[in-house]
Amino acid sequence: MATLRAPGGPGGAGESGQVTPVGGPGGGLYLPPPGAGVSGARSVRRMTRAIRSNGKASVGTGMLALFCLVALFPGVIAHDNPSAEIYGRALGPSAQHLLGTTAFGQDIFAQVIYGTRPVLLIALGVGLSATVIAMLIGVAAAYLGGAWDGVLSLITDVLLVIPAFPLLIVIASYLHGASTAVLIAVVTAVSWSYTARQLRAQALSLRNRDFLEAARVRGERSLYIILVEIIPTMTSLLMASFLTNALYAVLFSSGLQFIGLGNPNTVSWGTMLYWAENNEAFQTGQALWIIVPGLCIVALGAAFALLNYAFDEIGNPALRPVKSMRRKRVLPR
Amino acid sequence: MSSPGDEPGGAVTAARTAGAVLTVRDLSVEYLMEGGTVRAVDGVSFDLSPGEFLGVVGESGCGKSTLLFAIAQLLVPPAEITGGSVVFRGESMVGLTDRQLAAIRWKDLSVVMQSAMNALNPVKTIAAQFKDAMRAHGVASKQEIADRSAEVLRMVGIDPVHLKSYPHQLSGGMRQRSMIAMALLLTPELVIMDEPTSALDVVAQRSLMVQIKELQEQLGFAVIFVTHDMSLVSHFSDRLMVMYAGRVDEFGPTRQVFDSPQHPYTIGLMEAFPSIRGPRVPLTGIPGSPPNLASPPPGCRFAPRCPKVMTRCREETPELYHVNGTLVRCFLHADGGVDHD
Amino acid sequence: MRFVLRRLGFFVLTLWAALTLNFALPRLMPGSPALAIIANHRGALSPSALKVVEAQFGIGHQNIVLQYFSYLGNVARLRFGESLTTQPGVSVGHIVLDAIPWTLGLVGLTTVLAFILGTLIGIVGAWRRGGWLDSIMPPIFVIMTVIPYFWIGLILILVFGVKLHWLPYFFTYDITLTPGFNLAFIGNVLEHAILPAFTLLITTIGTWILTMRNTMITTLAEDYVRMARAKGLPGRRIMLDYAARNAILPNLTGFAMSLGFVVGGAILIELVFNYEGVGWLLLQAVNNDDYPLEQALFLLITAAVLVAILLSDVATAILDPRTRGAR
Repeated sequence: MATLRAPGGPGGAGESGQVTPVGGPGGGLYLPPPGAGVSGARSVRRMTRAIRSNGKASVGTGMLALFCLVALFPGVIAHDNPSAEIYGRALGPSAQHLLGTTAFGQDIFAQVIYGTRPVLLIALGVGLSATVIAMLIGVAAAYLGGAWDGVLSLITDVLLVIPAFPLLIVIASYLHGASTAVLIAVVTAVSWSYTARQLRAQALSLRNRDFLEAARVRGERSLYIILVEIIPTMTSLLMASFLTNALYAVLFSSGLQFIGLGNPNTVSWGTMLYWAENNEAFQTGQALWIIVPGLCIVALGAAFALLNYAFDEIGNPALRPVKSMRRKRVLPR
Repeated sequence: MSSPGDEPGGAVTAARTAGAVLTVRDLSVEYLMEGGTVRAVDGVSFDLSPGEFLGVVGESGCGKSTLLFAIAQLLVPPAEITGGSVVFRGESMVGLTDRQLAAIRWKDLSVVMQSAMNALNPVKTIAAQFKDAMRAHGVASKQEIADRSAEVLRMVGIDPVHLKSYPHQLSGGMRQRSMIAMALLLTPELVIMDEPTSALDVVAQRSLMVQIKELQEQLGFAVIFVTHDMSLVSHFSDRLMVMYAGRVDEFGPTRQVFDSPQHPYTIGLMEAFPSIRGPRVPLTGIPGSPPNLASPPPGCRFAPRCPKVMTRCREETPELYHVNGTLVRCFLHADGGVDHD
Repeated sequence: MRFVLRRLGFFVLTLWAALTLNFALPRLMPGSPALAIIANHRGALSPSALKVVEAQFGIGHQNIVLQYFSYLGNVARLRFGESLTTQPGVSVGHIVLDAIPWTLGLVGLTTVLAFILGTLIGIVGAWRRGGWLDSIMPPIFVIMTVIPYFWIGLILILVFGVKLHWLPYFFTYDITLTPGFNLAFIGNVLEHAILPAFTLLITTIGTWILTMRNTMITTLAEDYVRMARAKGLPGRRIMLDYAARNAILPNLTGFAMSLGFVVGGAILIELVFNYEGVGWLLLQAVNNDDYPLEQALFLLITAAVLVAILLSDVATAILDPRTRGAR
């Protein structure tokens, strides 16, 4: 697909229709202004290049990959059964039990490793489904406009404003605890509205761009326009939505499990913390039982957050660290 | 290539003797990007006399706005002045900090930007924005501030009652004119204008230009006016500077440049805007597009698009040559004698 | 004014939605858990409370529409029934009122403090771009925003409470003291509030700093900031009057939206520190299946968030003339 000329942009719409590059006259780093009709494949390639060059993105991707590996092959790393209460109780770290054991005699290291999978499942599950729902509703609202937009936006806004965690607590309490699948569903229900708003805003701004007008004039159907023209342009925002939702899913679900509203019999970082707290892990000297699962949550969350931040910088060059040859401040000394 | 602040000694003396309000010598501006450096302004030199109206024209990306901001020392990283000098009223400006420049700013040199909607602080009233400019330069009395604010608004044809308005409450034309009024608050000697009419419709454009010219003749300030609309500015400017790809390609008295352009680029521009009253001519454009300044073509930068290109053009860079009182950067006129300054 | 009225309307709508959610949820849940619990404990309730609870949860023989309206009517009259299990027979209103001041003090004050501090740090950080502050800030604060609130609370307890014995970490005040407006008591309250407040502060401040920094950077690139430089205005004035004044506007909206998360975190922190505020009470209610109490607390929290958002909208209207105009 040939590059369509971007309308407007910093040069002003009236100027002989030339594409005005961002960041300087006549060249340098050529980034099509956001929303130019660049094909999906092009965006992906551009993104991978950007990821590799951005420090935060590399670190984040690396960490995420590590967690995925652990989640997929926990047995390879940890040799003990995480739920088996067969070891000595409340042991400190040793060669046999890298992180010691719990008050019930379970190996903490094994629990941490095996606990990765449910957390990651929830994160990715919520990230994906919340983004899909947000995209459908946001783009539909923007594209359909009028009464539809009004209704969808109102629903989105109302759900957005009702505090998420308390609502989660109430729902989970009626359910008397939730399995992984239910957690995914419930957390998704509470989270999608945030990114739906952003996606709608971006879809709105794209809606009247010339390249869409061109597609309409060509006679393409609305669905085609939405799928092939609008959505690929929104890839960076969709990515951000996925990462944000995944991040909050980790925090929300761990929080729920910590309260005891997850399924306390599954092995997950959040449930570990629940049992640890209930057995007064600090006072009885089993600090690792609390410290390690928490650190894992932080690490996974950090991976998502770093990636999110990196994508922010990639999309908005102004936010990147200023690295001129003479480090000047933007404004007066 | 001299580094910033290198030359001022010689340029300053020259400026003082010539009485020029602004002397720019060999000014170069580069953008330090991740992909490399882009030289947006390459060795621009000119003098500006008091009360002179200088028009700077060129297509988008030619560096004219960058030139303006460089002169006003308003560049923002990654843009930096990397060579040459700017001497304003006998003082070299390059390399001064904002604090050092504060005394001159607005009092002697003010700026008008392209879009008043963006250039005016959206959360402050017009009056407040006028006030803080005056306060910053020692005008303390409330009465004085109020009087002067009303006065400049009247000068541009706006009822002073609008002092209480916020920018978004004014019409586009009024906003633009308030920006000009603001620029005149402290009766500067030089007003730099970056495409102030581009955001307006054709009728408003004309009336704004007329107003600017009247004010200029009345108050006697010099103007550097940047625009892509050559025909518009040519009615009002004393001299015209045509820029292309960061360099000055033609520079001389307006009438001359307009009526008998010498550089193939200027000629191309002229032919792209046929006169509405003249004989019917087929529309011509200039084929191709401006060069990528991250890796500009060797030799003359216009060579890839020039209808009169010679082999020499692709290998050597032409200097500015004298042709009947105009400076032209083209080997076609190489016999005219190089302009040394 | 119109702007504020419109927002008010929106909030009434949201409150209504929350109420309806409250009404619908117990009826949608499989197995009607609410009914079972209530059946077990109805002996503890007074007759008037029983009526309220029936309307709330769908016991009894009225049809659902009637139940809905009596439920709404009860809420309007602030009748939430009585606690089933936490403090059987005690009016929910009373229990809740006891807890509110603690949470208001802790969460309210700390959030405002975190917002103000975070905003200031963000402003200065963006102003001094390229400095050391700017390069370490983003990664540090990014990590700070992902730390689970409850976990950091636990760690702080470990360090300052258990190991160092510097600060208390249980309850809102020493239970051996009698409450009263005397210095000893107030001092004790403050002492108990330090750790929870600090936890809340460091977990929430990261977001404010980062978002303020980002909006500030975008604002600093605006033309009117350049224009302010061109006018020769002093640096501090540009930073505050031109940049920060404009940059803070989207942040106020962001503040409103983040409140939901802050509230969630505060609940967990209250749990960890056994701080007897609204959040802690909610979790007690959950553990005891005390549905009337739970519902009332949920409504309270929602209403509080809405009020805070409304306040920030008012602040935006004051600071941003564009929202007031006839646009």
